[in-house]
Amino acid sequence: MAENKATIVVFSGDMDKVFAAFIIATGCAAAGMDTTLFFTFWGLNAIKKGEPIKAKSLLGKMMGIMNRGGIERLNPSRFSFGGIGRILFNKMMRDKKVASLPELRQTAIDLGVHLLACKMSMDVLEITRDDLIPEVEDIVGVATFVKEAANSKIQLFI
Amino acid sequence: MDIKVDLVQDSIGQLCPMPIALLAKNIRKLAPGQVIEIRADDEGAHADIPAWCEQTGNEFLGEEPGEGFFRYYVRKAG
Repeated sequence: MAENKATIVVFSGDMDKVFAAFIIATGCAAAGMDTTLFFTFWGLNAIKKGEPIKAKSLLGKMMGIMNRGGIERLNPSRFSFGGIGRILFNKMMRDKKVASLPELRQTAIDLGVHLLACKMSMDVLEITRDDLIPEVEDIVGVATFVKEAANSKIQLFI
Repeated sequence: MDIKVDLVQDSIGQLCPMPIALLAKNIRKLAPGQVIEIRADDEGAHADIPAWCEQTGNEFLGEEPGEGFFRYYVRKAG
């Protein structure tokens, strides 16, 4: 039976989509829902500390360089222009006083949103627990997602 | 509106979802039956504050215009 829960998969590491994920999660938590965000693949960039990851293999190191930075370095899904788009979008949002991504993430954390990270994609990208922000509650697999999602009123994949 | 207000939330200049996120935090400071006044100029608040009340069971008492913003009144559920 569905409980008063919301479960959102954050697969994308695009700035605009991560924005949507945190805004919806904040709204769900504000409405009293027990809200969980599952970060997987590119979405993991939204919960990385932003320091260079300590990958072991050559490919892992290359991936770490290509995929460097944390939530401040996410690029929009369109009009990225090799990183300039991010700066322009951030300026437009600041001018309109929209909360920044780090502020939104902190608001979600303050409202009790649970942050979980996918073990398998961490292994592929050679991201370790130490590379993630300390607010990440647990490192989990698909069964945990299924259990949460099956009991949720809202399930989204972003 | 003739309502005794226990807490005032200044959300002027804030955009979605901050007024609602702040409201969810502030309502915890109140005792059941107490009233919070939210001052907001985000147009989305007209729909969002009553919707939040419906979802959470708190009572939406109404809104009234201020100078360049609106006042919204919410009573914490018992």
